[in-house]
Amino acid sequence: MILAMLREAFAAMSANRMRAALTMLGMVIGVAAVILMLAIGRGVEDSVSKSIASMGSNLFIVLSGSSAQGGLRMGSGNAPTLTLDDAAAIAELPGVLADAPTQPGGAQVVYGSANWGTQVNGTTPEYLDVSSWAVAAGAIFDDSDVRGATRVAMLGQTVVDNLFGAEDPVGRTIRIKNAPFVVVGVMSRRGQSLDGRDQDDTVLVPVTTAQRKLFGAQFQGTVRFITVKAESEAAMPRVEDEINALLRERHRIRDGADPDFTVRNLTAIAETAAQATRMMALLLGAIASISLVVGGIGIMNIMLVSVTERTREIGIRMAIGASRTHIMLQFLLESIVLSLVGCMIGVGLGVAGAFVVSHTTEITTIVSAGSVALGFSVAAAIGVFFGFYPARKAALLQPIEALRFQ
Amino acid sequence: MVIAPVIECRRLVKDYVTDAGTLHVLQGIDLKVMPGEFVAIMGPSGSGKSTLMNILGCLDVPTAGQYVLAGADVGTLSEPALAQLRNQTIGFVFQGYNLLGRATLEDNVALPLVYAKVAAVDRRARARELLAKVGLDGYAGSFPSKISGGQQQRVAIARALVTRPALVLADEPTGNLDTHTSVEIMQLFSALNRDGMTLVVVTHEPDVAAWAGRLVQLRDGVVNYDGPVPEQFRKAS
Repeated sequence: MILAMLREAFAAMSANRMRAALTMLGMVIGVAAVILMLAIGRGVEDSVSKSIASMGSNLFIVLSGSSAQGGLRMGSGNAPTLTLDDAAAIAELPGVLADAPTQPGGAQVVYGSANWGTQVNGTTPEYLDVSSWAVAAGAIFDDSDVRGATRVAMLGQTVVDNLFGAEDPVGRTIRIKNAPFVVVGVMSRRGQSLDGRDQDDTVLVPVTTAQRKLFGAQFQGTVRFITVKAESEAAMPRVEDEINALLRERHRIRDGADPDFTVRNLTAIAETAAQATRMMALLLGAIASISLVVGGIGIMNIMLVSVTERTREIGIRMAIGASRTHIMLQFLLESIVLSLVGCMIGVGLGVAGAFVVSHTTEITTIVSAGSVALGFSVAAAIGVFFGFYPARKAALLQPIEALRFQ
Repeated sequence: MVIAPVIECRRLVKDYVTDAGTLHVLQGIDLKVMPGEFVAIMGPSGSGKSTLMNILGCLDVPTAGQYVLAGADVGTLSEPALAQLRNQTIGFVFQGYNLLGRATLEDNVALPLVYAKVAAVDRRARARELLAKVGLDGYAGSFPSKISGGQQQRVAIARALVTRPALVLADEPTGNLDTHTSVEIMQLFSALNRDGMTLVVVTHEPDVAAWAGRLVQLRDGVVNYDGPVPEQFRKAS
């Protein structure tokens, strides 16, 4: 019987094709909007959380202070206030897993006839641990290289791509600022950072080599920043306080005076960003779902018109034996069919839209089975909810009154 | 063995409350129809014959009195039970045919079987069988708007018979038809009655009543004649 009623629902729809199509349009747009918005939201959320994961977790960055030259303030990291000894002292703090002092600089890197301008970071072997970065080939230089300031380099994938192409770089000699460096290892590919920077476009050398042989340092042994990894998220506030206290003591900064360094909680910043994108995604979904409700009201409207138009038909059906339940079911089924067909088209349109968005713009989109299921169940619920009132109105008609209706 | 009546009405009363006051449409109708009878109900406009018809068809409920249809006391039945009674026990034929314009003739005839929860294959076979019986085999896939009024009424009769009801009620079945077609429809009813079907026809035309075996005449809400169809009716046709 349900099958026969379904057939009738489709017949009723095809008898009023234009009207059915316009009614469904509301659902189509609503469902497509919800799916597309959720896909964009999920995509952004996903890329943010990937960036966070790639950055490594439980991280602090300690920046050296700003310098002022003739009234020109240079910003954090310009004053030579942090040293390798500071880094060594921070590493001894309880709750600190590891830290990596880093002296960055830009340099032209040459291999054979190819050359590439990139960022060269002077650091220690702990750098990879701290930033949770895996080795793809070879191995990072060791502490003896740092002590001896040897000319060895670890390459990021982008640098490998630009200098070596398909060739294996490990063991080859490249030139950084015209000095020969032996490539000891290659890091795994990491992709973009939160701000869109290519993290793979980098070369690691021993920090001492960077200080003494590449960029020099205003004072022997100073670094621009120290990356610190705490052992757990719970330990982070305590570790932050300890770093502050330790450095104030080491730099002999009186109580109340401004420190010559800055400690930043990178994870907290990243999580704030992630939370903001999550809120954004939710907001997008909420706005899109308003159009679903509007679509549902459209369905109710049309079903009410349909009930009035077909009052006589309802009377005939009752006269030949349809019970109120049958009539109710018939109209309910019609509104469910309307909303589900609209929903199916909407899902198709939403998925196609998400595909187009991720292929024509920078935004990645993720269509999850969950969002499709959500769209479907919401559409079905809307069909039942907004179809219920008209269906009930039809079912409660008096047979003779319905039959007399012209 | 005592044969139970198909219809048994006792002191049926129907009042309509309107702005102008209460209308006493039926004022105590007693009526008994035995299986196989062909009854014509006549009466001037306002005599209550349509109201009586609606009550007999379980489309309306009496204000007072008792109506027993095929052994069931209609006044005590729930709405779903009434729907089932309309579906299984009564076949309705209306003046305006009342076919569904969207559905094919076959689907129209089969519609009561949908509510009787008959399987699709059986519905189809039964609908075709009845279309053949009313002389419309070959029209199964047509739509009501494509056939004549007489043919539409034949489809309506086929639909009324499809659930093998105990009783067929016809309300002015020839009211929209020309004389020639009316005769055809009445011949069809007459043949059904000869096969044992109980028929109650409401009409204001003596020509139509002449086909019946018994005449019930209403006036102002009461039965004022109940007996054989007078001879002059037959002479007129």
